[in-house]
Amino acid sequence: MSVATHHPLGGEGLGTFGPEPQPLSLLINGEVRTALADPATTLVEFLRDALGLTGTKIGCDRGACSACTVWLDGEVAASCMTLAFDARERSITTIEGLSRDGELHPVQRAFIEHDALQCGFCTPGMVMSCAHLVNKNPECSLDDVKTAISGHLCRCGTYPNIFKATLAAAAASKGKAK
Amino acid sequence: MSGAEPFEQRTLSAGIVGDAFKQVTRKVPSGEPPPWPTNAELNVVGKDVPRMDALDKVTGRARYTFDVQLPGMLYARTLNSTVPHARIKSIDTSRAEQYPGVRAVHVLERLLMAAELRDPGDEAKEPYPVVRFTGQPIAAVAAISARAAEAALALIKVDYEVLPHVSELADAMQSDAPPVFPGPTEQRATAGGGGAAKGLPQKGNLRGPSTGGSRGEIARGFKEADVVVEGEYRTQVQTHTPLEPHGLVADWRDDELTLYASTQHVMSVRDEAAEIFKLPKEKIHAISDYTGGGFGAKYGVGNYGTLAIHLSRKAGAPVRLVLDRREEHVSVGNRPASLQRLKIGAKRDGSLTAIELHSFGTGGVAAGAGVGMCHHSMYPCPNVSIEHYDVFTNAGPCAAFRGPGQTQGIFAFEQAIDALADRLGIDPIDMRNKIDTRDADDVRARAAERRIGAEKMDWSRRRPPGSDAGPVKRGIGMAQSMWPYIVNSYTTCEIRVAGDGTVDAFCGTQDIGTGTRTVFAQVVAEELGLEAEDIRVHVGDSRFPPGPPSGGSRVTSSLTPAARNAAHAMARDIAERVAPLLNAKAEDLVFRNGHIQLRDDSKTSLGFFESLRRAGVERLTHRADRRDDYEGYARKAGELHISPHAIGGVQFAEVCVDTQTGAVKVERVVAVHDCGRPINPKLVESQILGGVVQGVSYALYEDRRLDAATGVQLNANIDQYKIVGSRETPRIDVHLIELLGGQSSTDARGVAEPANVATAAAIANAFFNATGKRIYTLPMTPANVLAALRSE
Repeated sequence: MSVATHHPLGGEGLGTFGPEPQPLSLLINGEVRTALADPATTLVEFLRDALGLTGTKIGCDRGACSACTVWLDGEVAASCMTLAFDARERSITTIEGLSRDGELHPVQRAFIEHDALQCGFCTPGMVMSCAHLVNKNPECSLDDVKTAISGHLCRCGTYPNIFKATLAAAAASKGKAK
Repeated sequence: MSGAEPFEQRTLSAGIVGDAFKQVTRKVPSGEPPPWPTNAELNVVGKDVPRMDALDKVTGRARYTFDVQLPGMLYARTLNSTVPHARIKSIDTSRAEQYPGVRAVHVLERLLMAAELRDPGDEAKEPYPVVRFTGQPIAAVAAISARAAEAALALIKVDYEVLPHVSELADAMQSDAPPVFPGPTEQRATAGGGGAAKGLPQKGNLRGPSTGGSRGEIARGFKEADVVVEGEYRTQVQTHTPLEPHGLVADWRDDELTLYASTQHVMSVRDEAAEIFKLPKEKIHAISDYTGGGFGAKYGVGNYGTLAIHLSRKAGAPVRLVLDRREEHVSVGNRPASLQRLKIGAKRDGSLTAIELHSFGTGGVAAGAGVGMCHHSMYPCPNVSIEHYDVFTNAGPCAAFRGPGQTQGIFAFEQAIDALADRLGIDPIDMRNKIDTRDADDVRARAAERRIGAEKMDWSRRRPPGSDAGPVKRGIGMAQSMWPYIVNSYTTCEIRVAGDGTVDAFCGTQDIGTGTRTVFAQVVAEELGLEAEDIRVHVGDSRFPPGPPSGGSRVTSSLTPAARNAAHAMARDIAERVAPLLNAKAEDLVFRNGHIQLRDDSKTSLGFFESLRRAGVERLTHRADRRDDYEGYARKAGELHISPHAIGGVQFAEVCVDTQTGAVKVERVVAVHDCGRPINPKLVESQILGGVVQGVSYALYEDRRLDAATGVQLNANIDQYKIVGSRETPRIDVHLIELLGGQSSTDARGVAEPANVATAAAIANAFFNATGKRIYTLPMTPANVLAALRSE
């Protein structure tokens, strides 16, 4: 786990604290956001309940369904298994921060085009993992897509369209890079 | 909607598009719009319009009940029983009430979903509902944080007088089994759903038999048979496992109760709350923008919602109660287990002479664990004997689950037909060609679907059972779907057009991820010559005109004809107003490409918005009800109208069985389906993919396990309760036929359930083809597979 070198919140420790809530500042989608949290607060609780960023979902609350997937320093992570205080000095990206200047990520566009969603509850987590894959490996194969979302569950059964959408997004972004 | 409506005789084209059409005569209610041509000739309907709410879903903006945050909102958690069967002697909530941050505590007065004693006198009057399953909700706490609520729960003291219990179907059937109920029961239907046949005998835990569908003389039928196949099939309990658990946000005010619900039917949320709290319906406002999966279990307010409403009233603040994953698995519904003893007799040529079914199902503390209607209604057979018993166990209540009953039933029935074909040396497809002969649309659809599926699966390469010499064996199999074509009569759509060109469409149904918003918009857009995105669709609100529940594969069949008729009336109204501007007769005007123009001269044309402005339109409103199907119904049960035609579907599976480890892999599924006129083929395909994925999951993995000693579910989270993930998803090829039945102004039917009911049977038949052994027990886990392979 690398610590961002130019993190705006610096690197000072907190020492012993809790159980009372205390202010917590996190770098989320490029902005410093501050709210009260007690030490047991998970990152997803902090995002949803303290900051109102409800795009990130909780399906199981134990890292088994990946509906809560966010990026920490650009890597996918289960925000229900991450304590909010452990996300200090990390750069957090949530589904709300994935599109840039109002432009959707290619994976988001492909999900719409290929109908890679039904009820949509698992979708933000799926999008975060698939967007991560496409960013890192535009040459990805079907097997890579399956691996990228192997920890995600979708009860509506959208997997086949997620495979299609992600491969299409990868192909599109590869075309763009050339 | 009434039978007294005037009608006219119309001649309509009916049949499968691409095959021969025939002319049929129908009694059409007067004023019905002219029939639409096939999808190929329409502009918006029948096209793969992107899902209208997809953008909100991929950006995280879609707001589910789980996401609702209101000022001053409290968080509630429920206290659930720790024992499977007990009388509650006392409950002390005083310490919980004093816990910091707690604003209200409520103890549940009546348990919903469970069966109730026919004669309450059979049980001594208790201060609290008797506990009949581990995890039964007892009370709830609302506090300023979920953590405070959770901590306060631990301070509630419940004094149980523990009673003997029974967890498993086979044990509960024994005459000396501990009775779950001390006397005969009824399962009342509430606005939240449920219900079972009234007045059936009950002995111990066995309630029944119900014998619906029986006919002829079963003994004679077997005497006339040349071959008889018999089998005992077992299916497991499956939990719905929606990714968003059941939940409700209740906001009780003196003048109004607002309910944000994760639901398949906003009207049922309103109506059940009205029933329980004795409130006029108009004082309750139920809202559901998005629902994170339901699959049959999300109706009404339920026990959790009742608690949330009580807590909100007591605390004077909005309360959010969302179940955790264990509660979701345990207490809000499941697909019942079944034991089906099935015996079928047939002549040498395959024609069926006798079908005998003894079935037992357990929905825990709820009745309604039947195994569907396939045994007696799918194929003609003169002699049918059906006896079904519900068996009570100390386990959480069942609820409808995608193809309720039928999924269990078809697993057994279509395997028995496969076994019969094998015994007779007839190809399984030829067998269906021989016996699937009723005069109905689903039968005609399946005939075409068998042909298409056989070609796509390359059926001719199918080898005799158990052909592979090595330990890994491959095979292919097929099974057929059948699900009633249901219309919800109580459906009304309203269309509003404003002078600025905005078009709003309203219906009190909801979009749970099936694409209801999108198909609604497409139908309205088609009539008005607009694009789907030009229509602002409003659903998920109990204040809108009545709409169908999102269950039973009935939304599209119910909603779209009403939507079309309202939009058609709107178009004719606008045409009357615009005709003078074009020096034309209204009946010569058509709506096309955003314009209103002469049918035969597209140059005489005005833009839609321009027309409204020049005609001086400020606001127009048209409403239409879902009228009866042109050919009427076979049966009506309340607002549920059931067509004599059903929905078909045929599925083919290719499996690979490792006979040394017992591991089964489904490699490919070909799913060929009909849903009348597909309004949006892409969304239909998504539904079918989902049905197949859930079917694979049911066939291979899912299994709710209870600890017999405590009634505790051993696998109540999704790291232990296995469902299909990306790695287990087979290649799935979907093929859709377009079938026009001449039944309504859109001719659309549903597909969610037919897409699911045949999958497990198709896989099981492929298993037989691979191994030469029949798999009688679900799920096809290594243990069950190895046992099947070792059997005689």
